[in-house]
Amino acid sequence: MRQLFITRIATLHSPLGWLLFALLVAAVLVLMPVLNRVVPPDSFFHVPNWALTLMGRFLCLALVALALDLIWGYTGILSLGHGAFFALGGYVMGMHLTRNNFADGGVPNFIQFLGQSDWPWFWVPFQWFWFTALMILLVPGVLAFVFGFFAFRSRVRGVYFAIITQALTFAMMLLFFRTETGVGGDTGLTNFRTLLGFSVRDADTRLALYLISGLALILSYLLCRFIVTSKLGRVLTAIRDSESRVRFTGYNPLRYKLFVWTLSAMLCGLAGALYVPQTGVINPGEMAPAQSIEMAVWVALGGRGTLVGALAGAGIVNGMKSWVTAVYPDLWLYFLGALFVFVTLFLPRGVVGLFDRFFKRGGQA
Amino acid sequence: MSDKGAGRRLSMQSRLGTLAASGLLGATLAFGSTAQANDPIKVGILHSLSGTMAISETSLRDVALMVIEDINAQGGLLGRQLEPVVMDPASDWPRYAEQGRELLERENVAVIFGSWTSVSREAVLPVLEELNGLMFYPVQYEGEESSRNIFYTGAAPNQQTIPAVEYLMSEEGGGAERFYLIGTDYVFPRTTNRIVRAFLNANGIDDDAIEEVYFPFEHSDFQSVVADIRRFSDAGSTAVINTVNGDSNVAFYQELANQGIDAVDIPVLATSVGEEELRGMDTGPLVGHLAAWNYFMSVETEQNEAFTARWAEYVESAGLPGGSDRVTNDPMEATYIGMKMWAQAVLQAGTTDVDAVRQAVYGQCVDSPSGFEICMDEENHHLHKPVLIGEIQADGQFATVWETDGPVRAQPWSPYLEDSKDKVANWRYPWVCGDCTEPTHNLDF
Amino acid sequence: MSNLRWLLMPALCLALAGSLLADEPTAEERAEALADAEQEAAPGPTDGLADDTAEVVRQFASSRWQDVRDAINALAELGDADGLPVLLALQDRRLYYDQDERVLIEDPLDGELRDAISGASVSRDGLELSEPPLTNPIRRSLRPVIGQLQIFSDDVNLRRAAAEELADRPQAAMLPQLQEALEQETNAEVQRLLRIAVARLQLDADDPEVRLDAVQTIGEIRSSRLKGTLQNFLRTDDDGEPLESSAEVRQAAQDAITAIERREQMARFFSDLVYGLSMGSVLLLAAMGLAIIFGLMRVINMAHGELLMIGAYTTFLVQNLFALHMPQFFNFYLVAAVPAAFLVTGAVGILMERGVIRFLYHRPLETLLATWGISLLLIQSMRSIFGAQNVRIVSPEWFSGSVQLMQGVSLSTSRLGVILFAFFVVALVWLLMTRTRLGLEVRAVMQNRQMAAAMGISANRVDMWTFGAGAGVAGLGGVALSQIVNVGPELGQAYIVDSFMVVVLGGVGNIFGSVFSALGLGVFSKFLEPVTGAVLAKIFLFAAIIVFIQWRPQGIFALKGRSAED
Repeated sequence: MRQLFITRIATLHSPLGWLLFALLVAAVLVLMPVLNRVVPPDSFFHVPNWALTLMGRFLCLALVALALDLIWGYTGILSLGHGAFFALGGYVMGMHLTRNNFADGGVPNFIQFLGQSDWPWFWVPFQWFWFTALMILLVPGVLAFVFGFFAFRSRVRGVYFAIITQALTFAMMLLFFRTETGVGGDTGLTNFRTLLGFSVRDADTRLALYLISGLALILSYLLCRFIVTSKLGRVLTAIRDSESRVRFTGYNPLRYKLFVWTLSAMLCGLAGALYVPQTGVINPGEMAPAQSIEMAVWVALGGRGTLVGALAGAGIVNGMKSWVTAVYPDLWLYFLGALFVFVTLFLPRGVVGLFDRFFKRGGQA
Repeated sequence: MSDKGAGRRLSMQSRLGTLAASGLLGATLAFGSTAQANDPIKVGILHSLSGTMAISETSLRDVALMVIEDINAQGGLLGRQLEPVVMDPASDWPRYAEQGRELLERENVAVIFGSWTSVSREAVLPVLEELNGLMFYPVQYEGEESSRNIFYTGAAPNQQTIPAVEYLMSEEGGGAERFYLIGTDYVFPRTTNRIVRAFLNANGIDDDAIEEVYFPFEHSDFQSVVADIRRFSDAGSTAVINTVNGDSNVAFYQELANQGIDAVDIPVLATSVGEEELRGMDTGPLVGHLAAWNYFMSVETEQNEAFTARWAEYVESAGLPGGSDRVTNDPMEATYIGMKMWAQAVLQAGTTDVDAVRQAVYGQCVDSPSGFEICMDEENHHLHKPVLIGEIQADGQFATVWETDGPVRAQPWSPYLEDSKDKVANWRYPWVCGDCTEPTHNLDF
Repeated sequence: MSNLRWLLMPALCLALAGSLLADEPTAEERAEALADAEQEAAPGPTDGLADDTAEVVRQFASSRWQDVRDAINALAELGDADGLPVLLALQDRRLYYDQDERVLIEDPLDGELRDAISGASVSRDGLELSEPPLTNPIRRSLRPVIGQLQIFSDDVNLRRAAAEELADRPQAAMLPQLQEALEQETNAEVQRLLRIAVARLQLDADDPEVRLDAVQTIGEIRSSRLKGTLQNFLRTDDDGEPLESSAEVRQAAQDAITAIERREQMARFFSDLVYGLSMGSVLLLAAMGLAIIFGLMRVINMAHGELLMIGAYTTFLVQNLFALHMPQFFNFYLVAAVPAAFLVTGAVGILMERGVIRFLYHRPLETLLATWGISLLLIQSMRSIFGAQNVRIVSPEWFSGSVQLMQGVSLSTSRLGVILFAFFVVALVWLLMTRTRLGLEVRAVMQNRQMAAAMGISANRVDMWTFGAGAGVAGLGGVALSQIVNVGPELGQAYIVDSFMVVVLGGVGNIFGSVFSALGLGVFSKFLEPVTGAVLAKIFLFAAIIVFIQWRPQGIFALKGRSAED
């Protein structure tokens, strides 16, 4: 059995694929920290702390793109509500961090606004990290499961599904914007200090968070790769291409769709939870429909249906955003807008498709 | 970094310090600044140029660039030119933190002028504290915060809302007995109203004569709430304290006018409606209602004439959108004061080093457009500001109907709130306390 | 399509109700009346004031608000109508005094300064003018005094304005004069208002008969504003003894309060309904264009909000054009803005369709991304051209003000206009779809593209015109929005999710489903709002829509017909 599992893992990639994969992993997990810590600050190759944190956050966003690609690229379900799952994971982590801030007593101002001097009941268990860790996966997972169950059972699909997921994230955003909801209202949760006793503002903690994000991304990638190359993955692709035919062949698409949809939401929640301590703030703005649309754009830009493409897309868009907003603050929306139009018109298979065409090779998936 | 005694003496004679700029050039070298003598000094500007906050923050970026142009035209600071580094956080709060970090770590800016909403300020705050950066925050806010790394050049509640409430309760202001507090659902209105409620309770107005309602950002349908205000006012002389943000105000005031609520019967006092917001509104329905600020564009002083004239000239020369319609407002004035203050402090300290400049900012005074000499408090990182109450005019300007005799000292921690009344904001070297009840001795900056 | 007829019914009813109930003069009319009073009371250059009046007028030369208030009250006591010009000038901020404490009035017509006492023209040279303070509390004493001095005017409009002011803020000292005025009064409306004023003052008369009379008068008009006053009659003192000694008066007060409350309840229900229709019509206008583009063509147009925004900016440009080149017709710019916005946004739509969207018809989800990019481009272009700030749109005079539908329920003219305009747009779309060749072709292409093409219809061309028409209709929505919300680059962002909800709820492909879903959403949320607050109401609505879609994935009005899913 163990032998079988290892052989199965080995077939996830071709030997060349594994080599590239190993190089990337080494770059993320070894090279970057070395450039940050070992190389002297005045060297050209030095990676400053801020850049490391920035990359740590890109890794989280890449995880979101990966999760989205799993259901859009492979299963054909476009979600415009993944921002909600991302933010929920973030909020769970943020609630734990906020509790840490007030470990010595007292409550934040948004609780005081409600005329209360003690934590509401749903805040209480978040003082424990193990509970938080569980909830990071469970909260988005359960929401996605319930939502998905009803939506898929009624065969809500395509454009309709995209729009009701958008309604979902929009309604959640409105809910979280209310101060009465009790999780910080418009400001959200911010000003975090410690996580498991380590200061989140400390350079060492930041490096650790970067490494954890990198690790989470790599493992999630392998998991997704495992799924899409398995028999399950074939069924998913079949559902994408023609759901009715899958049903007529005797499969029940509901189960497959529900599984991959819930998994995708959980991965998003994980990404959100890792993102928040590195950014230092989580607020309902993350649930704005625009954010979720942008997530879809990362995937489309990189190339749908290729996991690598999703990762590349997230990296390209966010990297560009970071760079252009600093260099041409007045022009960056032109860049971004034109890029989206250009990619949909001329690169239907995304950047990865472009590479494939260039090298005359088969696709990754 | 700087010698303690010299720091204090200099800050008390800030004017002298300004004059002695050339002499201090030598001091720059003595202090061993890391930058090259002729490299430009980088100044970070962190205001949203897109997204929902662009409507308010764009003009702060513009006025900051104007002041930098002015300083450079006079030869810069310490013989070095100022170089603005403008970023666009796009009204996305985490990006304020991200770009604040980039400004400090990548661009090595000497100071940041930026942020508008409280949430964006709170997002940058940890970054500033971590990297010991310096930021000037130019907007009136809710207080209940004190950071060693931020100078607050906008008003604290006791420099805006509390005097306004006192005015409305006075005979001169109409003797209001009932207060309807309407605001956008976020931290500034919530905290302000909490302070206002505590203040009213302390002045004999019970909770049943106070109503508090909140709406989300960009809410535009106030039909039901205005009907409710009307009912509320049946029981006695009522005033409305309006902390509604930005765009929503138009709909709110229009609805007031539609339902026949007149400023004479129910005055509405706004804390977030300024000249810039009025520019996009049909001001007809608002005339006669009130706003409390520390500066109005209509203030008739020489300094203001010079300020508005320079602004008009800058708008034209830089070809800014809006052209001759562009106005000045309170946060722009606060940005202007903040930049002048920082520049004077740099000259006085002879370096752009954050710790030295911070010490030099204390007690620094600027002849402000409002006609008063505005000084930075020696301890609490806030300005002493005059409070003005103005009536909205049909041309989108304010007619001052009441003002304080002179600048008022800020109370960052409200004395009316149980949990903050004993807190001290004192950053005067070597005493340090921002969020505690007793100053603690702390020498290791 | 016969349902259109009864769609238009509510609109007609509203308009009718509006015109029937709109007997209250608007603020503008009152202002005009005051301006007339000015002319009537303006002193000729040779008129002088009586000595005691002149003495009082001199008191206005002060920067202290107390002095000004005292002077106003002193003028009221004198009751000399010659003091009126001074008061009117104070009200309009045209009253000044110079360094010698001479009180001066600026003529509203020629801008000249005149001495308030002698009426002689005064040159501005060498004068240091100051204004006496004018604040809301001063206006509060000023207005009834103006009313008191004008109540004997010969002009019935002036008397009505004055009586209205007096009914709002009667002052005890004026009672004898009010009673005298009431006796002389011939106009019914002015009589009614004066009776209210007198009744309010007589509520604390010593004679129980007089009090009873007063309470009954107030009960008849059923004004909510006086409910609190009436409730005082039912209070008891510390020993449990009623403050009002006469049982009859207490009963009358109780009856009056009941009547007022009944009316309030009715008003609340009616206002929820009307405000709901008003909100629904805004939603409808915002979503109508999308009902064509997304509903019929299945293009997920994320730039829909920006089409609204362009419509609003077109209105702004038309407004400026009128202000610059034909100020005499300024009031009609809105009429011109309607076709202009339709054409401009329609053109933008056709550009979008030809440039981008036509390449993506077979990839519907990808149009989402491309149109999202287009929306970013459009927002940023507007920001570069017009600035990030809002632009100022001034409603034409006939479009501002409000209509009182019943006591306690008034709807602004602009919102009423939007309701009517929404029905106009629906009618327009209906005509376009059912009475034109394009409409026929559109329906044909949407039903079966290949078959339509086989019949000789150029599907390609139909796509272009349909998209253009949908965009144009969105532009019309923008014209309406410009009158009730702020016009800025981000205007459209607030409506995009709502618009999609409306179309999906109504049933994709069924334009008139959108009409029902928009109005339904509006009314439903307004009835929810008093219970839950605005935000929760919206959250509930969204939750309800999500649940509804699970139950009926094709929306309220599903298209009939059979088609394979894949």
